[in-house]
Amino acid sequence: MLNLSLQSLSLGLEKKTFSSQELTKFYLERIKRHNTSLNAFISIDEDKSLLMAKKSDELIAEGRPSPLTGIPIAQKDIFCAQGWPATCGSKMLENFIAPYDATVIEKFNAAGAVNIGKTNMDEFAMGSSNETSYFGPVKNPWNLELVPGGSSGGSAAAVAARLAPAATGTDTGGSIRQPASLCGFTGLKPTYGLVSRYGMIAFASSLDQAGPMAISAEDCALMMNVMTGHDKRDSTSVERDKEDYMSQLNGSIKGLKIGIPKEFFSQGLDPSVQTLVESAIEQYKNLGAEIIEISLPNNHLAIPVYYVIAPAEASSNLSRYDGVRYGYRTKEYDDLMDMYFKTRQEGFGNEVKRRILIGTYVLSAGYYDAYYLKAQKIRRLISEDFTNAFKKCDVIMGPSAPSVAFKAGEKKEDPLAMYMQDIYTISTNLAGLPAMSIPAGFTNNLPVGLQLIGNYFSEAKLLNIAHSYQQHTDWHLQSAKGFD
Amino acid sequence: MTISKKDIEKIAHLARINISQAEAEQLEQKLIGIMSLIDKMQAVNTDNIEPMSHALDISQPLRDDVVTEFDLREKILPLAPEIEESLFIVPQVIE
Amino acid sequence: MDWDIVIGIETHVQLRTKSKQFSGASIEYGNEPNSQACLVSLAYPGVLPVLNHESVNCAIKFGLAVNAEIAPRSIFARKNYFYPDLPKGYQISQFELPIVGQGILSINVNGQNKNVRILRAHLEEDAGKSSHGVSQGKTGIDLNRAGTPLLEIVTEPDMSSAEEAVAYSKKLHELVQWIGICDGNMQEGSFRCDVNVSVKKKGTDILGTRREIKNLNSFKFIKQAIDYEVNWQIETLEDGGKIDQATILFNPETGETKAMRSKEEANDYRYFPDPDLLPLLVTQKQINEIKQTMPKLPGEFQELFEKELGLSEYDASEITSNSNVTKYFLSLVDSGVNPKLSANWILGSLFSRLNEEDINISHSPIDAKRLAELIKRIEDSTISNNAAKKVFDFVWDKSDITIDKAIEDLGLKQISDSGEIDQLIDEVLKNNQAMIEEYRSGKEKAFNALVGQIMKVSKGKANPSQVNEILKKKITK
Repeated sequence: MLNLSLQSLSLGLEKKTFSSQELTKFYLERIKRHNTSLNAFISIDEDKSLLMAKKSDELIAEGRPSPLTGIPIAQKDIFCAQGWPATCGSKMLENFIAPYDATVIEKFNAAGAVNIGKTNMDEFAMGSSNETSYFGPVKNPWNLELVPGGSSGGSAAAVAARLAPAATGTDTGGSIRQPASLCGFTGLKPTYGLVSRYGMIAFASSLDQAGPMAISAEDCALMMNVMTGHDKRDSTSVERDKEDYMSQLNGSIKGLKIGIPKEFFSQGLDPSVQTLVESAIEQYKNLGAEIIEISLPNNHLAIPVYYVIAPAEASSNLSRYDGVRYGYRTKEYDDLMDMYFKTRQEGFGNEVKRRILIGTYVLSAGYYDAYYLKAQKIRRLISEDFTNAFKKCDVIMGPSAPSVAFKAGEKKEDPLAMYMQDIYTISTNLAGLPAMSIPAGFTNNLPVGLQLIGNYFSEAKLLNIAHSYQQHTDWHLQSAKGFD
Repeated sequence: MTISKKDIEKIAHLARINISQAEAEQLEQKLIGIMSLIDKMQAVNTDNIEPMSHALDISQPLRDDVVTEFDLREKILPLAPEIEESLFIVPQVIE
Repeated sequence: MDWDIVIGIETHVQLRTKSKQFSGASIEYGNEPNSQACLVSLAYPGVLPVLNHESVNCAIKFGLAVNAEIAPRSIFARKNYFYPDLPKGYQISQFELPIVGQGILSINVNGQNKNVRILRAHLEEDAGKSSHGVSQGKTGIDLNRAGTPLLEIVTEPDMSSAEEAVAYSKKLHELVQWIGICDGNMQEGSFRCDVNVSVKKKGTDILGTRREIKNLNSFKFIKQAIDYEVNWQIETLEDGGKIDQATILFNPETGETKAMRSKEEANDYRYFPDPDLLPLLVTQKQINEIKQTMPKLPGEFQELFEKELGLSEYDASEITSNSNVTKYFLSLVDSGVNPKLSANWILGSLFSRLNEEDINISHSPIDAKRLAELIKRIEDSTISNNAAKKVFDFVWDKSDITIDKAIEDLGLKQISDSGEIDQLIDEVLKNNQAMIEEYRSGKEKAFNALVGQIMKVSKGKANPSQVNEILKKKITK
């Protein structure tokens, strides 16, 4: 049951093997049982979920189901879903109940999916370990002393412990792929602009992108069929024909040209991770792919550039949290200034405040050219590296993260060490490219992810490549012990 | 380039974030660390490179000039920290 | 010591759209607080801006009207600062690449033409409204206005007197209404000026420090504020003082300007390109399409009126000073009356009466159709020009009386029957032999005196040109 694909669950619902209400109850029970130890969910609302399930059952009975009808999906708490809290992992929005639906939520609702709960996350998606959440850290199901990665750590733990069949995440610098790697499942960050950002609480607007987090590439494809599509409410949403990702999963990968960037296998990469990533690539070779060495010469600049651009955008995006119209307001204040200063001091956590300050600094008079503008220029260089690489190959492969899951607390007070977690993922956000992480084996009982980076709008191809691998391996089907 | 105590005071003011005495020292150290990471950019020659603000080279879509939104007060006023006669209330602003 | 005055103006023109700049909320004025605050106006978490097509069109129209370059690519930026009526904590505006580039607006002061250079015009959004002291020590925030589309029009510091500044503001105010991009309602804040003023010693090129008078919403206030400010600056400098750059407010009650409480920090708006909004591209095709829909501009009409209709430069410029006047004039001309006569009537009797009663020409009690009827009666010699003025005053507040009926009731119908006129002349000549002799001895004045006598006897009703003609024949030997 726990490893059933979304399509199998859909079939079970259609054949009335079980109802959506039964399925929803089953997962709600699991959440109740395991959330105390994992802290994967910030909010659960049984009544709401079951009501949705009931409606889905009606749709199924009327013979009008779509592939996700009746299937429980965990939603990252960054999405606004009408009537549900949307905290974004922050004290600032602790009591904020969204009065509207994000486009992504609207699409899941229209498909008849059941919202099984809102998942924990790093505050405002800023973090790589889920330790910056105001609602407490999330634990890695493979080892409760370890972090699940971040920022979509709640969704990651939920999928890894099978507290939900699938979840949504968002990825600004690796927030889907790094947790997918650390928790051993499949995650996809689509091309920037493919999934609407409307109703997704902004961190860094030019980098943020939502995507699926699920057991397999096939499940991700099914989720992508629902999540993508042009949205008039998001000016950065791309207008292009909707694709059917499910129908393209089984293409042949014979003759596929895989580019291996030497920069992804340099200093800082855990040797055991390297071994597993290399053997996964070897497997692709066995499946008929061709390996080509490529170079992304500016990749080492991705982190510095990211830590200018993302905080700059964030410092501005987070100015709206001022205690005037909604959200947290400090209890005692003398005047307006005092109210602003205390509200934002108390409402934001340390990492968020650091990034707001860095962002403010790099945009401020006298520093703009040296930092912000410079970063934007190097962003172009990083992006051009990929353009050149894709002249030689169809897909780029490497590790998703430099290490397996690390100990909670280990990097919490060391931002620089924490930032290195995203060294292989950030450059694709800067370029706006799609990328995936798929399970590629275990070292010391901890999962390791293989990263696949594609050219713009090549999600169907990426899913096909991932699916081919998953037809020959079962890493993705292994789940953490102790969550039966 | 590094970030000074004075810089931090200035940007904290611009960002409207109070920093307690207790936080100040740690914060300064961390920001210095982050800035030193960022400063790796300075080694790169970026002459004649067009800055990149967006991942995609597409243009601004436009919205028809139609009123599509209506009175939301019933929904939004209860979410506000302080209201009076449909107005959001803040301590008096002195100009 | 003599001083030069240097003035530049930034005008916030509220665009005449139905919905906000970046959302579908209404921009209607005067509704209950926050009833037009949509999620975008409120800066709710997760919402995004989408630009209004109509305001882009408005900006293009303005650019065309001042002969400016329309940027093929312009960028929206965020201007970051905290203020309770600025919900996002930033204003979306255009900074480095505005949609409208350099243009020209020519003004006329005391008969002198002057070109004021437009530096740029850019699209942005308005903030909400703060009401201070709604209750003890509290400010109330209404976000109905937040996000209203604005076009900010910035001049070079080309004006050198309060009169020029007012002339520019009036001309601009007229132009934006003329091309239909603004309702021009200054009370409701649809047209607000920030005026930068500095003074410098006559003859030097070194500009003085400027102070910016914010938010002037009447031409009278613009004049008063500049006059006060210029005096203050000159006095300060002559007393050996120093001018600091400042933002100042004009108090209409005292007629004084006063610096706002100085900010604790210099403004640092941290402008950067808005990542939520992509570059705005405008094609030549779009511009051409908008050009097709543009009304003829005042300058074009002026030229047309001078060249085709024979109006004087002054008359043509007055007639084109306001679109409603031009419309009125055009419908007079369309109904077939003489253009020069039409212009005379509009600028004469009609204007003085409208001014007297403070009525806009679009609401004139005598509309163009009625005035045309009256003028036609002059043209067909039914009444004299002077008699027509009497009819004009008579029918001003009597819309139920036809022009012809009024002429009859007033007994002003002109005598154009040559027999009748013949008799009148003979009667007058009989008693004025001396004058005839004077005329014959070469005194032209005597002729005019005789005409006057004849008109008097006819009670002003004799057709003057006929009188002239017949009299001349009779006394010229």
